[in-house]
Amino acid sequence: MGLKVIVLAKQVPDTRNVGKDAMKADGTVNRAALPAIFNPEDLNALEQALRLKDRYPGTKVTILTMGPGRAADIIREGLFRGADDGYLLTDRAFAGSDTLATSYAISCAIKKMDGVDLIIAGRQAIDGDTAQVGPQVAEKLGLPQVTYAEEVLSADKSKMVIKRRLERGVETVEMPLPGVITVNASAPDCRPRNAKLTMKFKHAKTITERQGEAEDYIDMTADRPYLNIAEMSVNDIESDAKWLGLTGSPTKVKKIENVVFQAKESKRLTPSDDEIDELMKELIANHTIG
Amino acid sequence: MNSIFVICEIDEGKVADVSLELMTKGRSLANELKCKLEALVLGHNLKGVEKELFPFGADVVHVGDDARLDPYTTLPHTSVIVELFQKEQPQIALLGATTLGRDLGPRVSSALQSGLTADCTSLVIGDHEDKKAKKEYKDLLYQIRPAFGGNIVATIINPDCRPQMATVREGVMKKEVYDAAFKGKVNKLDIDKMLKPEDLVVKVIERHMEKSKVNIKNSSIIVAGGYGVGSKENFAQLEELAHVLGGEVGASRAAVDAGYASHERQIGQTGVTVRPKLYIACGISGQIQHTAGMEESSMIIAINNDPNAPINKIADYVITGDLGAIVPKLIKFYKKNTK
Ligand SMILES: Cc1cc2nc3c(=O)[nH]c(=O)nc-3n(C[C@H](O)[C@H](O)[C@H](O)COP(=O)(O)OP(=O)(O)OC[C@H]3O[C@@H](n4cnc5c(N)ncnc54)[C@H](O)[C@@H]3O)c2cc1C
Ligand SMILES: Nc1ncnc2c1ncn2[C@@H]1O[C@H](COP(=O)(O)O)[C@@H](O)[C@H]1O
Repeated sequence: MGLKVIVLAKQVPDTRNVGKDAMKADGTVNRAALPAIFNPEDLNALEQALRLKDRYPGTKVTILTMGPGRAADIIREGLFRGADDGYLLTDRAFAGSDTLATSYAISCAIKKMDGVDLIIAGRQAIDGDTAQVGPQVAEKLGLPQVTYAEEVLSADKSKMVIKRRLERGVETVEMPLPGVITVNASAPDCRPRNAKLTMKFKHAKTITERQGEAEDYIDMTADRPYLNIAEMSVNDIESDAKWLGLTGSPTKVKKIENVVFQAKESKRLTPSDDEIDELMKELIANHTIG
Repeated sequence: MNSIFVICEIDEGKVADVSLELMTKGRSLANELKCKLEALVLGHNLKGVEKELFPFGADVVHVGDDARLDPYTTLPHTSVIVELFQKEQPQIALLGATTLGRDLGPRVSSALQSGLTADCTSLVIGDHEDKKAKKEYKDLLYQIRPAFGGNIVATIINPDCRPQMATVREGVMKKEVYDAAFKGKVNKLDIDKMLKPEDLVVKVIERHMEKSKVNIKNSSIIVAGGYGVGSKENFAQLEELAHVLGGEVGASRAAVDAGYASHERQIGQTGVTVRPKLYIACGISGQIQHTAGMEESSMIIAINNDPNAPINKIADYVITGDLGAIVPKLIKFYKKNTK
């Protein structure tokens, strides 16, 4: 019983790593200094997919990521860890997408792929922490959803039983397939890169990345189709431009304020009411708390 | 003006605190916009639920009482809400940023093609001018939330699509009875007509409540205690501080070894490494094995009765004194300055 599994994975700036050096002199975030990483909970999602592949031979795990050209790194990372193939959904037309426009583009891409039994997303991406794309993709595709999944207990071609973690408890639910699950950080960590697969897929590239390559690279990859990372643009999906990118995004950012952190010189306080009161006001005003 | 809706959640047979907090917020927004505040409750055995909601200023309480709506599953709740919203056309819809709200909200917003802003920390009414389109918008909902790991604060608006939807975490808004004698109307929903068989495909097989796993790694605020905290009982105070700030409790190894805190909360070389936005170190001396796991925190507050404790060297704020007296003050003045 092989399942067709699509893992939704996003490349995100490592916002958890905003240490001292990622801050500019004026106390604002230096985004350029933040490394681009595989969204952490999407790794938990990938692990769930790989476990299904271990358990049900014939299962195929495909990574789908929407983002700029460099997001192909996410697909390579997935291949190194055991995914079978991947799609990079990339186009200027997708720029400025909020979660709804992202979900729309992703759902259109999935319709173009050759069938799917299960879509696995991370619970949320650490750049926005919205946790919306998974359920919205499910809605756009008219599929059932199970969020906060921690473990797939059993599966067959037509349904699966999933353990999900709620705020104060766990729930076991049965969902018919095809369906969508979103995976929590409390699910098992993803396995590391596999050395053999890393060798095998080291040179996997998208068509755009190939363009800059020398002829011997093209020769080398000619008889190895698995080194081709599929790229999809707006022309490869059937979509209505009015639901894409900035136009398709109902939410707009009106204003951004940087949270300003203190310079590294310690302030000494006494435990008097006035000073503690002052400290709390300061922390609330600069959005550290509250 | 169209109404403001609060999608209420039922927790152990009662309207959840987060929903009542949103009712309080919704009431003040409704007064400002001169519109109605309406509550929506879906579940089973909800008799009398409106009595819990009227004192919070609910002009209308919509009740969908049906066995198929309890325990919660996504699809039937979505169907009922989408149908009701298509009819009522609310301008604003609020729900808790709980596991339920964060499962339901995106599904509803996708079906209605409306925007949704998650985890707002503040909701304010304001105007907007779209210079490019030369359009003026009056009385939009400013949905204010931290983003980018808490490093920026963004104001999100939803100019053209309705409802403007937002989720808010528990404890962020203040819960306050509006008028104990307030009376609104009840609207009983005909759930039978609103559900389709395909809404019922996901089945809850088993459900049990247990203590959730500790997850200090992903917490943006950590209140950590060391050997100086002195006892397990004193640690409860740190838990309270962490709770009001919306953070987690961490510990040094000496505190864990002394049995004040569980091992999964240990921070440092042999524990977890954390980089929260705010780290409050209480009664921790600051040995290198500990600081290795937390020195990259964006802001560090050290509370120690030793003015020369090593932790002070890496702290942004140093409060010298007895933590037993200082921690309650932090709680007190935090509460005083918020809400
Ligand atoms: C191989 C190795 C690995 C280790 N790994 C870790 C690790 O992962 N994490 C870790 O934390 N440690 C680790 N340690 C232990 C570490 O070296 C320290 O022993 C430990 O961090 C000390 O904990 P502490 O600061 O809570 O206790 P102490 O050093 O005893 O400090 C207590 C502090 O509380 C203050 N204090 C006392 N009473 C009060 C009061 N009423 N009000 C305010 N302040 C008060 C004191 O002034 C003092 O500074 C490791 C050690 C080794 C050798
Ligand atoms: N651009 C994207 N490409 C692929 N998957 C995405 C993208 N954005 C979001 N996702 C998926 O949706 C989940 C939730 O994202 P978010 O709603 O942004 O918090 C992520 O963990 C991913 O699995």
